[in-house]
Amino acid sequence: MTTQEVTFVALAAVGAIGAFRLVTSKNVIHAALYLVVTLAMVGGVYLLLAAEFLAWVQVLIYVGAIVVLLLFSLMLTRAPIGREALDNQQRGWAALVGLGVLAGLVFLIEDAFGSKPPIVIQPATTGQVGASVFSNFVLPFEVVSVLLLAALVGAVVIARRDDAR
Amino acid sequence: MIAADTVRLPFPLLFSAVLFSAGVYGVLARRNAVLVLMSIELMLNAVNVNLVAFSAYLKDQLFTGQIFALFVITVAAAEVGIGLAIVILIYRNREMINVDEVNLLKW
Repeated sequence: MTTQEVTFVALAAVGAIGAFRLVTSKNVIHAALYLVVTLAMVGGVYLLLAAEFLAWVQVLIYVGAIVVLLLFSLMLTRAPIGREALDNQQRGWAALVGLGVLAGLVFLIEDAFGSKPPIVIQPATTGQVGASVFSNFVLPFEVVSVLLLAALVGAVVIARRDDAR
Repeated sequence: MIAADTVRLPFPLLFSAVLFSAGVYGVLARRNAVLVLMSIELMLNAVNVNLVAFSAYLKDQLFTGQIFALFVITVAAAEVGIGLAIVILIYRNREMINVDEVNLLKW
């Protein structure tokens, strides 16, 4: 194994443990903090695959903004503690489906990509990615901007109190 | 120095599969709406890992996979914003956010 692969396995192991604890934790705040661990490890994977801009976007948007938003809403809603309060009755079936998905994906990945040549890591600098966004992907970029604006307005409209009426 | 900066392709794909399966389990087994949203984030991240891995694997000069992952992150942020607004509205009206008890539209 190359150094990159050893590092990757370490990151992926921590990330996978975080993901497992996230979906099995009995405490919602702990679940949110395990989400931070997993998202940070995914950011590390991006960095390892030399996608530097995406790695910092991951840290800024996911770890910085989305997790804070989730913690904020856990604070606003009453956050009960305990397995019965957080999980529903179909845990066994859910575990079966999850393991089935995992087994199917592992089989397909090994079958389709097990013998392919490895990824040769070449740095994608922020400048290169930015040039690509603003030359080849301008229209999707603008559409996403409009989507964000619509989501912003929608969230305000949904969540505000209608005291005036 | 041949094969110095390489990662075999199944490594990120298997990591992504583990994250995705955990997300599937979380969405199906959790009843707290915020935890369901967290599990959805996990699944979106699994997709992003795949996109970045294939972008690096195919040596894409336009970085399509990375830019698509950026768009996925943006859409995920919008989705969390709207989703949490709905969760807070449900909490204001029903005093709980258990998705299996919000069955007003269930046939």
